[in-house]
Amino acid sequence: MKPQPRNPNPMNHFLSIQGVSRSFASTTGGTTTLALQATNMTVAENDFITILGPSGCGKSTLLRIVAGLDQQTSGEVLLDGKRISGPGADRGMVFQSYTLFPWLNVLDNICFGLNERGMARQEQLDVAQGFIKKVGLNGFENHYPKQLSGGMQQRTALARALANGPRMLLMDEPFGALDHQTRELMQELLLGIWEAERKTVLFVTHDIDEAVFMGNRVVVMSARPGRIKLDCAVTIPHPRSYAIKTTPVFMELKAELTEQVRAEVLAAQTAMV
Amino acid sequence: MRPLTPVAPGTRVVLGVSFFVLFVTVWAAVTFGGLVPKIFLADPLQMLHSGWVLLTQMGFAWDIGMTVWRVAGGFLIAVALALPLGVLMGAYKPIEAFFEPFVSFARYLPASAFIPLLILWAGIGEAQKLSLIFIGSFFQLVLMIAVTVGNTRRDLVEAAYTLGCSDAGIVKRVLIRSAAPEICEIQRMVLGWAWTYVIVAELIGASSGIGHMITDSQALMATDQIIFGIIVIGLIGLVSDMGFKFLNRWLFPWAQLGR
Repeated sequence: MKPQPRNPNPMNHFLSIQGVSRSFASTTGGTTTLALQATNMTVAENDFITILGPSGCGKSTLLRIVAGLDQQTSGEVLLDGKRISGPGADRGMVFQSYTLFPWLNVLDNICFGLNERGMARQEQLDVAQGFIKKVGLNGFENHYPKQLSGGMQQRTALARALANGPRMLLMDEPFGALDHQTRELMQELLLGIWEAERKTVLFVTHDIDEAVFMGNRVVVMSARPGRIKLDCAVTIPHPRSYAIKTTPVFMELKAELTEQVRAEVLAAQTAMV
Repeated sequence: MRPLTPVAPGTRVVLGVSFFVLFVTVWAAVTFGGLVPKIFLADPLQMLHSGWVLLTQMGFAWDIGMTVWRVAGGFLIAVALALPLGVLMGAYKPIEAFFEPFVSFARYLPASAFIPLLILWAGIGEAQKLSLIFIGSFFQLVLMIAVTVGNTRRDLVEAAYTLGCSDAGIVKRVLIRSAAPEICEIQRMVLGWAWTYVIVAELIGASSGIGHMITDSQALMATDQIIFGIIVIGLIGLVSDMGFKFLNRWLFPWAQLGR
């Protein structure tokens, strides 16, 4: 299967990224560095999009702009037609670094956003318990983050983001710091939750396997300055199990994307010399 | 011995106590052995004896109480004002830019040099003692609290924002919570410094307090009483230090994890 260029359906613009670019002022003065070229992209509601690219290609920058944690230099991001101007509870985020609040136990970490909203305590606990069950953390409610393994911390972070009931989930290499086996389990867990809830997900990764396994659409970004190089649909039907990773369809797509990303990594290295 | 290898808890206590024993032994040896004349250094037994006399017949307990009251009073006023200012400076950069240069400057002003001015402004009563301790600890507290709050992990702040936290919520629920154990630790340290200021304050123009007793004993060449006074200060310092450590461990069990 060849990657197909995909025409976004103009009728379903849940998230719309229009001419978004980002440049950084150089610290030594003088020229500015362009991290992200003017980028256009639309995301349909309930879709799972993976953004794939070599490190330093601006994929995290793009995600952070959607989250409202970074400010674009030009262009705008619309969520449901409304301009994004800052971070908000409608876009939950899971980071690569472990960002659980170390002074709160698992349960209170998950309740953090609900508490901020002023939800009654009992209601908070009910919601949190539901997500603790979903991510398989039963029995760890009273543990502090430092008492958990990396995988369990990221499960808690996922539950914390989901419990808040966001319109979409932004994930910035959330499994990047985990060992290979744990990462694969986490991918299945997240995919299972997505298949059940169909929340809109924007997932940044540099792992090709992960991008193909999880995404309905893989967006490949070029080396710095980043731009969208390729946008291809993954037609493997859901529900997907880990076994699909050895099917010909999967392997073929992976091989193709490997070529594409490899070319970008090489380009990035040449640019540095 | 290998670098950074931990020591067993039992051995730790034995080692810690044995230095005290060694210290007192050397002290006893040089005084009882006649190496150092009594007029320069009293021997341990005489020190204990005059300490007992001080406490039972000369109302030294009252002096101790006065000194503790002054340290606690001046320090608490300093904390009450430094805490909000330090947190605001750490959280809001314009506020920091406004106060930080002055506080950094004021921090290096030697507190004891203010004594003549403070006597002029506040007399020789309690207000002068409290203000000296305040000056000595307030600026240090503000600056250290501001730095700690300002060093809060940025990714935690970002995570809180994506969970819908407001700006005020970030200060209240992330910055303060995350800096709290370190702020407690700062208070423990600065309280130690406050103890040195109170004695200086009591050396001049005081009619009570441990420092006042030491000045009186100086006039009588009573080295035994001076040493007893110093040891009492040391013991109170040790107790308050342990109290703070215990409080910190009890209030912030999460900060002890993974140490």
